[in-house]
Amino acid sequence: MNETTSISTKEVDTPTTEHHAHPTGISRWLYTTNHKDIGSLYLIFSFVMLFIGGGMAFMIRAELFQPGLQFIEPEFFNQMTTMHGLIMVFGVVMPAFVGLANWMVPLMIGAPDMALPRMNNWSFWIMPFAFSILLSTLFMEGGGPNFGWTFYAPLSTTYAPPSTTFFIFGVHLMGLSSIMGAINIITTILNMRAPGMTLMKMPMFVWTWLITAFLLIAVMPVLAGAVTMMLMDIHFGTSFFNAAGGGDPVLFQHIFWFFGHPEVYIMILPAFGVVSQIIPAFARKPLFGYKSMVYATASIAILSFIVWAHHMFTVGLPAVAELFFMYSTMLIAIPTGVKVFNWVSTMFRGSMTFEAPMLFSVAFVVLFTIGGLSGLMLSIAPADFQYHDTYFVVAHFHYVLVPGAIFGIMAAVYYWMPKWSGFMYNEPLAKLHFWLSFIGLNLTFFPMHFLGLAGMPRRIPDYALQFADFNMITSVGAFLFGTTQLLFLYIVIQCARGKGEPAPQRPWEGAEGLEWSIPSPAPLHTFDTPPKVD
Amino acid sequence: MLPSALSHCLRFLVSIFALFLSFPTMAAWELNMPKGVTPISETVYDLHMIIFYICVVIAVIVFGVMLWSIFYHRKSRGYKPANFHESTLVEVIWTVIPLIILIVMAIPATEGVFAMYNYDDSEVDIKVTGYQWKWRYEYINDDIDFFSTLTTTTEEIHNQQTKNKNYLLEVDNPIVVPIGKKIRFLLTSNDVIHSWWVPELAVKKDAIPGFINESWTLVKEPGIYRGQCAELCGKDHGFMPIVVEAVEQEQYDLWIQQKQEETALRLAQAAKEAAQTWDMDRLMASGKPLYEKNCLACHQANGEGLPPVFPALKNSPVIKGPISEHIQIILHGRSGTAMAAYAPQLSDSEVAALVTYERNAWGQNSNETVQPSDVTKLR
Repeated sequence: MNETTSISTKEVDTPTTEHHAHPTGISRWLYTTNHKDIGSLYLIFSFVMLFIGGGMAFMIRAELFQPGLQFIEPEFFNQMTTMHGLIMVFGVVMPAFVGLANWMVPLMIGAPDMALPRMNNWSFWIMPFAFSILLSTLFMEGGGPNFGWTFYAPLSTTYAPPSTTFFIFGVHLMGLSSIMGAINIITTILNMRAPGMTLMKMPMFVWTWLITAFLLIAVMPVLAGAVTMMLMDIHFGTSFFNAAGGGDPVLFQHIFWFFGHPEVYIMILPAFGVVSQIIPAFARKPLFGYKSMVYATASIAILSFIVWAHHMFTVGLPAVAELFFMYSTMLIAIPTGVKVFNWVSTMFRGSMTFEAPMLFSVAFVVLFTIGGLSGLMLSIAPADFQYHDTYFVVAHFHYVLVPGAIFGIMAAVYYWMPKWSGFMYNEPLAKLHFWLSFIGLNLTFFPMHFLGLAGMPRRIPDYALQFADFNMITSVGAFLFGTTQLLFLYIVIQCARGKGEPAPQRPWEGAEGLEWSIPSPAPLHTFDTPPKVD
Repeated sequence: MLPSALSHCLRFLVSIFALFLSFPTMAAWELNMPKGVTPISETVYDLHMIIFYICVVIAVIVFGVMLWSIFYHRKSRGYKPANFHESTLVEVIWTVIPLIILIVMAIPATEGVFAMYNYDDSEVDIKVTGYQWKWRYEYINDDIDFFSTLTTTTEEIHNQQTKNKNYLLEVDNPIVVPIGKKIRFLLTSNDVIHSWWVPELAVKKDAIPGFINESWTLVKEPGIYRGQCAELCGKDHGFMPIVVEAVEQEQYDLWIQQKQEETALRLAQAAKEAAQTWDMDRLMASGKPLYEKNCLACHQANGEGLPPVFPALKNSPVIKGPISEHIQIILHGRSGTAMAAYAPQLSDSEVAALVTYERNAWGQNSNETVQPSDVTKLR
């Protein structure tokens, strides 16, 4: 019983910059309640998952390189498409943005830490367990989840492998982590802003995360409800999704997409915030239409709750429902358009330079817009009968997620890495990383539009001969894009290890915000005394 | 070292290039949606093209302004940044203009939805049922009922044989429809959700177990139109194509008649066979192809299945247990599992042959034979 030996009265009485003893090694990370450490943990975790999910994409693209079954059998192929989706959504994009929020929200609003630091620790440490459970299903008898990341019943209930129970448990854990993370972010933003920082003075990244966090709290319980109903159907004899027992398989889709559509905005809104920070910095000109950006983000979030059935145009909705969901979906184009126009206006008559964060942000605006426009095409219900469940949809959502969410994350990493590590990253290599990624992803995802229009369904392990050429190009592009990310890993590791120029306090000429008012690297504790914002 | 690595690289590049060139015969490079052969498919195609051109115009304007700024408004050219950051007027303009475009777009789209949802006055009604992994077609008014399965061989799929032109898009029994007639499809499923899609007809509707969906088409030109299942439905989702043969009315009538005669003949044949006593050789000989067609996808060629979802048959309790239970499972399926009921698909003698095959194949040699009459009693 060596109680309180580490906290001597002397330490308590004389305030120092460090509040308490710092465990080192593994304990530092296991017990940490520091927002910067937890932010780093989230980002590292998401990076690891990126390579796992990417490895699965490699297997998918290798199998689809040519017609015929070459490397993997259909049942394993289905597990790969399912796990690739689940990991990229829940294991890469969401944790990466939570990591960025952990690092940057307190720094941007002048808070000393997150509002609920212990819960913050728990939110993170749930994740490795959740994903170990999820990944372990691949090694179980009957294999892992093989019903697509949308896990439609009854394929995911009556006809599912036994490992589905573990999948459900994993999803519950992820949801728990996300909800706690969201509560933490909201509490921090609403309570811990520096004096003088009113809501309408908050940086865009903070705004978009505030809205995202509300979306998370609203929809993660819905997902938890959906998987719990699956669990009941599988093990406890209920028939929520089984017509033979009086249930309805389509009910599952309604519940899933009521979660699923806000979920896709959860993955993109923080990226909107990131590029809204970066573009003004490198255009050396204030963000155009700050207020309308805030309102547009909020509108997108609200609309996201009334568009879910546009994922279900072919399930046999009544005509009136088709029309309602078509109109509401088309409406989303308006606030999204406002955002794009505002970014372009910010660039217009700026004084631009093109360091890596800006390159990724500019590519974000262009390619996300392409994804948005194909989304507008998909909203046209009669046309969607042709697009639905084809590679056109695959192209669409990869265009909004890869150059959207993933490029947003990469831009953020390059932009704030000097602040995190205290060193500049290798700019020429980062530019190379950008260009190879840019070429690779367009080579991968652009031909998918053609494949879908020509009639290739999604989630098939083998295809008819007329789809051979574009599939081969797509696979080559995917290998290029995937391999390029090793370069990203190298650049990040070099920068984190201090191989590079020491970073000044504010490495970007046009960058503004409280995060640039502290030294680089950011000390473990910042803003012990809140800064004053005018 | 270096030159050899370089030459390796070069050889790799050349072989990649050669791979690209090696498919000229199958090169389609199809870029756009087919216009199709039905009024709806043409409506859909037109909507698709309108919205596509709208998107192109928006993209050209937005990217044009952006590229202009990227070229001219850069620091390296000494451009001094302006400081404007708000303008209510332009923001109202670029909220209102898109709204107007959307309203203009919504009008034909709404008409399209109503056209697709008008199922009245159909002349042919076909019930389409999705099975893991085949389609069943019932011509409701003509007493025609058949299954349609993929005919592409396993050898072709596993690259042991050259792939034919219609690789993965060919079936044993295509559905035949008359041109110029309104055809209504009633879609449902026997197990999981499937989706019946033929691009040239612009018909895609989910087949949902326990529910019936409607869709319709009116084919204007004779021809063979191919499609696939569009909703992930398990292991062989990629292997349950759809082939629609649209023919002139006379040909269609002839086909109906033929199909009905075939059915009558088959029933008579089945009744005759059911009355016979079959010996082991005959049962085993007809059991093997039946097993390959109906059971192999799940229970595998070696009878060992893909446990635990698709259990092994070889030396299993069912095989070793009473014959009557074995027959029951094949006839009526097993609820709560992927095992479907085969009563509508197989005749008594076929079930007898299958059961015999499953009890004697893979070195089990139980020497048990099952007679069609045994099956008749349990049906």
